[in-house]
Amino acid sequence: MSTAIDARPAEGLPVDGEPLLVVDDLSTTFATPRGPVRAVEHVDLSLPRGRTLGIVGESGSGKSVLSRSIMGLMPSYASRTGSVRFEGVEMLGADHSTLRKVWGAEMSMIFQDPMTALNPVKKIGNQITESIKEHLDYSSAQRRDTAIALLRSVGIPEPERRLNQYPHELSGGMRQRVVIAIALACGPALLFADEPTTALDVTVQAQILDLIADQQEEREMAVILVTHDLGVVATRADEIAVMYGGRIVEQAPTATLFREMRHPYTEALLRSIPRLDLPSHTRLEAISGRPPDLLHPPAGCRFAARCPYAQDRCRTEEPPLVAEPGGRADHLYRCWYPVGIAREQTTLDTIAEEAHVREPGDEQAVDLELVDDDAVEGNVD
Amino acid sequence: MPAETPIAQLNMAIEPAAADETPAAVKAKGIGVIGWVAAVWLILVVVVAILAPVLPIDDPEAPGAGRALPLFTEGHVLGTDSSQRDVLSRLVWGARASLTVSVGAVAMGMVFGGTLGLVSGYRRGRIDTILSSLFDVMLAFPQLVLALSLVAFLKPTAPQAGAGEVVEAAGGLTTIQILILALGIIAIPLLARITRATSLTWSQREFVTAARAQGAKDLRIMIREVLPNALPAMFSIALLSVGIAIIGEGALSVLGMGVEPPAPSWGNMIAENRSVSRAPLNALFCPVIALFLTVMALNYLGDAIRARFDVRESSL
Repeated sequence: MSTAIDARPAEGLPVDGEPLLVVDDLSTTFATPRGPVRAVEHVDLSLPRGRTLGIVGESGSGKSVLSRSIMGLMPSYASRTGSVRFEGVEMLGADHSTLRKVWGAEMSMIFQDPMTALNPVKKIGNQITESIKEHLDYSSAQRRDTAIALLRSVGIPEPERRLNQYPHELSGGMRQRVVIAIALACGPALLFADEPTTALDVTVQAQILDLIADQQEEREMAVILVTHDLGVVATRADEIAVMYGGRIVEQAPTATLFREMRHPYTEALLRSIPRLDLPSHTRLEAISGRPPDLLHPPAGCRFAARCPYAQDRCRTEEPPLVAEPGGRADHLYRCWYPVGIAREQTTLDTIAEEAHVREPGDEQAVDLELVDDDAVEGNVD
Repeated sequence: MPAETPIAQLNMAIEPAAADETPAAVKAKGIGVIGWVAAVWLILVVVVAILAPVLPIDDPEAPGAGRALPLFTEGHVLGTDSSQRDVLSRLVWGARASLTVSVGAVAMGMVFGGTLGLVSGYRRGRIDTILSSLFDVMLAFPQLVLALSLVAFLKPTAPQAGAGEVVEAAGGLTTIQILILALGIIAIPLLARITRATSLTWSQREFVTAARAQGAKDLRIMIREVLPNALPAMFSIALLSVGIAIIGEGALSVLGMGVEPPAPSWGNMIAENRSVSRAPLNALFCPVIALFLTVMALNYLGDAIRARFDVRESSL
């Protein structure tokens, strides 16, 4: 493998058995002209080396802000409270030069859009070696070899030739591979992947996700995978945190989350995945309404306004993020009337079963029914 | 070039703004016919200006060639002026003075204005507010008046009476240096504004955040990430500014504050000969045409270069 990884100073060093990353009560507030926006509130996370945490949520749920808050890549008008400990070192109050040593070398980030994450006027090779130059004491020949090794490891053919190419000479998938190569250049212990496949073709998405998974295994990296696509995290993440309105509303190991989701928002997210096994022209289920205005957050549960099961208590009192009494300790959710406990179990499996019950001849009727339902709903709204 | 036709058509479809300027087939290769014509003219002017001391031409300040000779006189292709001096030689030496002043001024504007604009656009916040207001204040002055007062302020008072004396100011500044300084100060806010605007947009691109996330220092990000992207716009404006500065020097000369006669510059050649009303008018029109062509060439070359770089960006 590339020499950059071997050169990483002092493997691991878990302090007192503490996981690689511990986030404790992290809140991020943006000062805007119209008042403070609390984009992320009271987030607790921990992530051991080699594991993957998926952060899922819709646009504006604070998932990207959360990943950038953990890393510390914040604009000057943002303020953070709480604690972020990385390899046992508090990162929240750390000065800029300390952070700069960690950024790129110990934790790095893959950005969403490979079209804008690469500098259009710099050659690929220079963009890769830049952070090696910053963090490691390599000769220029070593840097070049490392860059070639990196490009090869992210599956780019003819890496020697690519070094002298400009970003616009590569396809989107290739560019994202380059972005990943840059992020991996100094062998980070923690990799943030902020919607790494959103800007890519579906066919390329899986390749990129596989690539990240391979590199993770090879380097024993921890990965935080931020996405709005539950399908992306379903097979890749060890644990999933679902975010809504700046808060984690449900957090559980992946299998548990998909099997026994408790929060209505998680359920709604799962329902809104297009399903191939449903008859064609079935109306895609969407979550009606919009995410809450974080300038004036609602008093009770953030999801109450859009929640089909909301009751009075939900609108006045915010539920805490707790584990189910007597249930799994690692399954936390934030709901007074959790799905599957208050009512009959509704899981992905049952949705699937329902779908299979339908007869081919019913399709037309189903469609009409769904359209009618929708119209009625519209009237109510 | 029939083989290229489909590509040329494609290009025309992609960038209609650039295509209506020059044939698309040529366009695809570089800066276009007009761009090349402009470039050739500018190169000619610059080379001639640089080689002025070794060219086989008359002394531009020595009279005695015959009074107000018309064009194509034997030995004086562009004739002579009313002071019996060779117009071609004055034109060549005048190009030297005019170009030195304008390029020097714009270079000064690029260095200082570019730096301030880059810092302002990258840093944003309070620094940006302060610097931007400073640029606005500087731009609020009428430029010619500002240049006039700057020259008047910088110029030594004593030798003004003794006309023709080589000016040696108390601070050791020659007229050329004073003009560079005065026009340069005017060029600073112009270039600073453009640099600020472009670096402001480029600084918000994700690759800048990516560079930060890789642990790059601010200075490095400014120089390695933002500046290369802002340079095409800066150069384009700089080329236009050279044209403006040539005219500015001319305007100052007409007002008697430019290059000191008898040393020639295009501006003071126009100034000296503007009262000539009888034929031959070559002494007046030669510098006017040279100035016109040069400023036009600078404009077109600036446009062509910008269009060329726009193509590169749009292909992203």
